[in-house]
Amino acid sequence: MTSTQIPGATDVTDPATDPATDLALDVRGLKKVYDGQGRSVEAVRDLTFSIERGSLVCIVGPSGAGKTTLLRCIAGLLGITDGEVVLDGERVTSPPAGMAVVFQEYGRSLFPWMTVRQNVELPLKEKGLRRAERRRLVDEALAAVGLTDSEDAHPWQLSGGMQQRVAIARAVAYEPTVLLMDEPFAAVDAQTRADLEDLVRTLWKRLGVTVLFVTHDIDEAVYLGQRVLVLSNRPTVILEDVAIDLPDERDQLETRSTPRFAELRHHVYELIQQAKRGHRPDGEAPA
Amino acid sequence: MTVAVHPTSTGARRGTGRGRDAVPGALGLLTVVALWEILPTAGVVNPEYLPPFTEVASALADQLGTSTFWTALGQTLRGWAIGLAISMVAGIVVGMLIGSSRLARELTASTIEFLRPIPSVALIPLVVLLYGSQPKSALVLVVYAAFWQVLVQVLYGVADVDPVIRDTARSYRFSRWARFRQVVWPTALPYVVTGFRLAAAVALILEITAELVIGVPGLGQRVGVARSSGATDTMYALVVVVGLIGVAVNASARTVERRVLRWHPSVRRESA
Repeated sequence: MTSTQIPGATDVTDPATDPATDLALDVRGLKKVYDGQGRSVEAVRDLTFSIERGSLVCIVGPSGAGKTTLLRCIAGLLGITDGEVVLDGERVTSPPAGMAVVFQEYGRSLFPWMTVRQNVELPLKEKGLRRAERRRLVDEALAAVGLTDSEDAHPWQLSGGMQQRVAIARAVAYEPTVLLMDEPFAAVDAQTRADLEDLVRTLWKRLGVTVLFVTHDIDEAVYLGQRVLVLSNRPTVILEDVAIDLPDERDQLETRSTPRFAELRHHVYELIQQAKRGHRPDGEAPA
Repeated sequence: MTVAVHPTSTGARRGTGRGRDAVPGALGLLTVVALWEILPTAGVVNPEYLPPFTEVASALADQLGTSTFWTALGQTLRGWAIGLAISMVAGIVVGMLIGSSRLARELTASTIEFLRPIPSVALIPLVVLLYGSQPKSALVLVVYAAFWQVLVQVLYGVADVDPVIRDTARSYRFSRWARFRQVVWPTALPYVVTGFRLAAAVALILEITAELVIGVPGLGQRVGVARSSGATDTMYALVVVVGLIGVAVNASARTVERRVLRWHPSVRRESA
């Protein structure tokens, strides 16, 4: 598996660090087999990829490709059978300090008995940050997602898109090295979705955080990412690591109507179709 | 994007709603009182067994002037409150411990299912042997009955923690204590409150039963004494008092519920 370097893409990260050697996340030979009642299911066979600090990588795959399994393994929420996940040079065995996860089910991931502000602040309290520091981080995070006015509301008083903004603010305030997003916009309407996609791009650029974004939506993956990792069907391997060489300034209308966007979308779409038919990279004809 | 912030309280609307409900409720109660007055007076029922409402009311007024009544009321309320407090603490602690371990749940499930359906009153012979008519007898019965109500609710509550919230707490590296304090406890709280409401009612029933049947000092015992001395009006007066205590207990439990669970869907809907 070779990861294609994209010229220009590293300009958004801290220029002081050397992107070639500075990996935020390194996944090597990840394998996950579920064992249960005398029957074992191989969910993920062999995944190897790395993510440079400050990049935005999307993972896309056919439904049932084990996207969520993969994300839970990386997040340290699920034990892995073989291989290793390395975050900031340290092997992940349990949820690491340098990671924050935004789950798809925002309504169930927020604490309904707390206000928006308390929701964002709680992980910081658990981290042991001082009061003033917490206030600063929460204020910044809420401002960044445009929720400053709703800080005293409870999550259930907000629309779905706003609830997911709260979850994003909570993750951003935690100041993770890597922000994992598990199909975060699958449950919101199309217009809200476009807003939230742009929000992710904006936050990523402004804060320099590394983002690993899992989605089943091909357009979303191509629009957001600097790279798109296309997964095979189960047992999962990487079918192709597609470099997205679109201009860095992306716009829902302009970017999506460029010929290059269409080409990339076409290519990823074909890969997904191949994956659905059971095509595998070590098979007869590599794509 | 629209901001869908509901006002946290719509007191005015809820107030009128309650007012509308109160009218037929009061009418119904008035009808019962009127029948209670008319039937014995008209001789439809024997006034020996059911004295008219006004006689019972005057017997109640007499009772309110005696120190024995207030002592008995205090004894009943104390027995009820102590029993309820013990059941709540024991039910919550045991429920949280059992609920947090799958092994403990499996080990205790059948025992709980066996012990829980035993009616507390079946233990009357046992407590009479042990403590006679001391308040301890009533306490054992109250605790036995109320404990299961709390325990079962707490077990449901602990089992109700959403897997996504659990993952969230784990991924943000919450400590064990924080996971209990910030995740398990708030999730279980609605169940704890329900357990409290059920236990409060059951505890009152068992307290009165113990007083009436075993002769533990309290209102129930006074009811028994009034009956055996032929003071039917006093007996009814005391029964009315016990009923009012029941209403007060339930109302206060509901108030606690609304306060504690402002964020919970069951309470939210009322104010939406």
